[in-house]
Amino acid sequence: MAVATKPAPSAGVLEEKEMLISGSEAVAEALTLADIDVVTAYPIRPYDTVMQAIAKKIANGKLTAEYIVAEGEHSQFEIVKHASAVGARVFCGSSGVGWAYAMECLVVTPALRIPMVALVGNRALDDPGAFGVEHNDALFVRDLGWLLCWIDTSQEAFDTTLIAYRVAEDRRVFLPIAISADGAFLTHSQSLTRVPPKEWVDQFLPAYSRGDLQLHPDNPITVAPQVNEDWVIEIRRQNNAATERAYTVIEEAYADFRRVFGRGPDNPWFEEYMTEDADVILMGMGTLSLPVKVAIRKMRQDGKKVGLIRLRWFRPFPYQQLAHALRKAKAIGVIDRDYSFGSPFGSGVVATEVRATLYNAEHRPPLIGFICGLGGREVTLEDVYKATDICYSAAKAGRAEQATRWLGVRE
Amino acid sequence: MAHLITEVVYRGIFQKNLASRITRGIVLSARKAGRWGIAFGRYGDSPQRNGVPAKDFAIVADTKEELEQHMARYEPKELHVTICVDDTLTKGVESWAWYGLQPLNRLLLPDGHLLVTSTQRPADLLRDIHKKDAVYNLWILRGKASFSGLWVYKEDHIEVRVLGALAKIAPQFLTLDAVCQAIREAEWGSDLKVESARKAYERIQGRPVPITEGNPETPYSFELPRWWEMREGVSIPSLPIGKPIEGGKGYRPERSQVFKKFSSRTMRPVIDFETCVKCTLCWLQCPDSCFDVMPDGLYDANMESCCGCGVCEAVCPVHNCITMVNEAVFEDNASQWEMWRRDKDAYKVWLAEKIRDKAHTVRSHGFRYRGQYEEELAAGELELGGLPVTEGIPGENAAEKGLPPGAHMHQSSTSIVTGVAEAPGA
Repeated sequence: MAVATKPAPSAGVLEEKEMLISGSEAVAEALTLADIDVVTAYPIRPYDTVMQAIAKKIANGKLTAEYIVAEGEHSQFEIVKHASAVGARVFCGSSGVGWAYAMECLVVTPALRIPMVALVGNRALDDPGAFGVEHNDALFVRDLGWLLCWIDTSQEAFDTTLIAYRVAEDRRVFLPIAISADGAFLTHSQSLTRVPPKEWVDQFLPAYSRGDLQLHPDNPITVAPQVNEDWVIEIRRQNNAATERAYTVIEEAYADFRRVFGRGPDNPWFEEYMTEDADVILMGMGTLSLPVKVAIRKMRQDGKKVGLIRLRWFRPFPYQQLAHALRKAKAIGVIDRDYSFGSPFGSGVVATEVRATLYNAEHRPPLIGFICGLGGREVTLEDVYKATDICYSAAKAGRAEQATRWLGVRE
Repeated sequence: MAHLITEVVYRGIFQKNLASRITRGIVLSARKAGRWGIAFGRYGDSPQRNGVPAKDFAIVADTKEELEQHMARYEPKELHVTICVDDTLTKGVESWAWYGLQPLNRLLLPDGHLLVTSTQRPADLLRDIHKKDAVYNLWILRGKASFSGLWVYKEDHIEVRVLGALAKIAPQFLTLDAVCQAIREAEWGSDLKVESARKAYERIQGRPVPITEGNPETPYSFELPRWWEMREGVSIPSLPIGKPIEGGKGYRPERSQVFKKFSSRTMRPVIDFETCVKCTLCWLQCPDSCFDVMPDGLYDANMESCCGCGVCEAVCPVHNCITMVNEAVFEDNASQWEMWRRDKDAYKVWLAEKIRDKAHTVRSHGFRYRGQYEEELAAGELELGGLPVTEGIPGENAAEKGLPPGAHMHQSSTSIVTGVAEAPGA
């Protein structure tokens, strides 16, 4: 439930208001200010929190939008795909196996250049039935042209939702964006969040214009005809070009966000915490940053130079910026809240990507992948201490004894 | 070191099984002399539709390495033999797998061989087959196009007759004995089919085609766009709306200039403008918007975009107003209405000639009714090399069907003509 914690600003003065809201509610606030046109919904925890929040916005007259309850995620993503094709600003989302059920539609959304925004409330894949966070659900689409980012706080949920529409709907990009929010840790936790006035949002987020791709009688086009092998690779090449252009568009969007709202990170790609002089840099995505930061503060007191890089954007992957940020580290520990069975070194997805990022780098410190916090299990301070110790040993030895470690598992 | 590269140009669905049997037969025959081979199709044709031109290939070579050298390309770029199993394809082919109109002889090497099943004379076929800048040989295997549908196969021995003819054309790779042995061993083979192959070998005739002979037209072509020239989002512009013609009294729908469809046609509608009641049904129902509205309210079927489906004939309420006629008897895509407007009497004569002998000129995709095949046989319409091929029915897998040995060899043709015999090619 959103609670205004500040008195209403006096008339005529535009300023942000502070609200105590969950990550899901923050997304709904942003969707309201972005004035979305069509939203589809089918409940699955933890994503259902955002659909409830949007339904309340519509019921309370704060947002005018088509709210379509589809019979499943497959239809849900089909509906918004078509709505977006005719020019509607759309929103959808899911979690875990619900996201998996929509896979057939998720596959075509980037190819058809549908600039939708989706929220993935990250959830472990059933079976075993579980509600807790794992990142494997959103990662299903990592190779398909979906842009993927992970958020950490309600504030970031709000901000990133606006930025996502701005990036997705940029004609140079026109690709869908999935924002991942850790189930429970973010979707269900309320924190203080600054929500700007509509006027500021309108300055930042122009209307969605599909231009020559608009499906309309005045612009007669055929979308998604059957093709043979003479066309497919060119279409993939186009998608690749759009994904590459997203690097520039994302940086522009964050710069403009800072200009309009007077806040927001300088570096869109990842948050750096105490990395300046760090010997050991830990990495990860999402809400695990909190225990890691707290642990780092404790370890710094003990004289250990540890830092954190929390990735925001996973696709496009900021490999150049990351290689630069890691250039001085003596060891790197990547904490994956996902698994990739049978992968190189048995590492998680992020560790594998970072390892690939550094392959051509001049400076290649030992890199250890940690699989931790699966199924919503807490990433504990002790886990972080242990990971850091392992990284320090690797830094000292100049090599990682074991490329991948599982942490927080009963052994 | 020697190799033989062949293609079979056929009509999608109708001749899919036929083409496959021919290419398999080539490889299995060549194998008798210890050669290696592969039979394959152009996968771009895979979603083939009724009548859409398609290709199968067979490559045989002395060694595995030599075979691989020629298999390395998805589709052979040069051929020793092109086999065309429907003479309406001589006008050129356009399929899902390539762009523009491809002359039938385009991939043939100098001194290559073009084998066509047809009842037409070489001079007639060469009015349609495009000119080529190298001499090649045209062989005609007397016979009508062997059409079946997706689930049936017309057992008129065309596949073995083609193989027998090939033994004449390329004896260094396919000896007649090897071909006969391969046919005998095939699951669809029989002694009778071996005889048909031998007959075809004896009867096949060919002659060189000089570079001066052939259809002089330049076939339309289409260059594929580069990736950055293509529209994004898997989208293509729709065809714009059509334009009025003749001062607004008529109307012509816009049509694709890069994909014309007419090479899919085995029949075309011929229209009697005198009996047309202007009911609009053909114009409404044509799935390809082929009909132009003429200034007098009549409808003219545009032959660049007609794929010959026959819907117009089916919906036309007037007897003999629209008649589907074998595409082979036409030489161009000119407007029938213009011909009629120019000289109504001449048109009447032309029309009567085209639709005169329906039994002979009207053809269908496969069979229109049960027993049609037997009727055609009894009427002597199928050129079969003088063999009573009906006795081969149902040759395929006869042993497995529980028929008594030889039962299918000695039935009288009359009992089959009555239509009470087994379904052809079940």
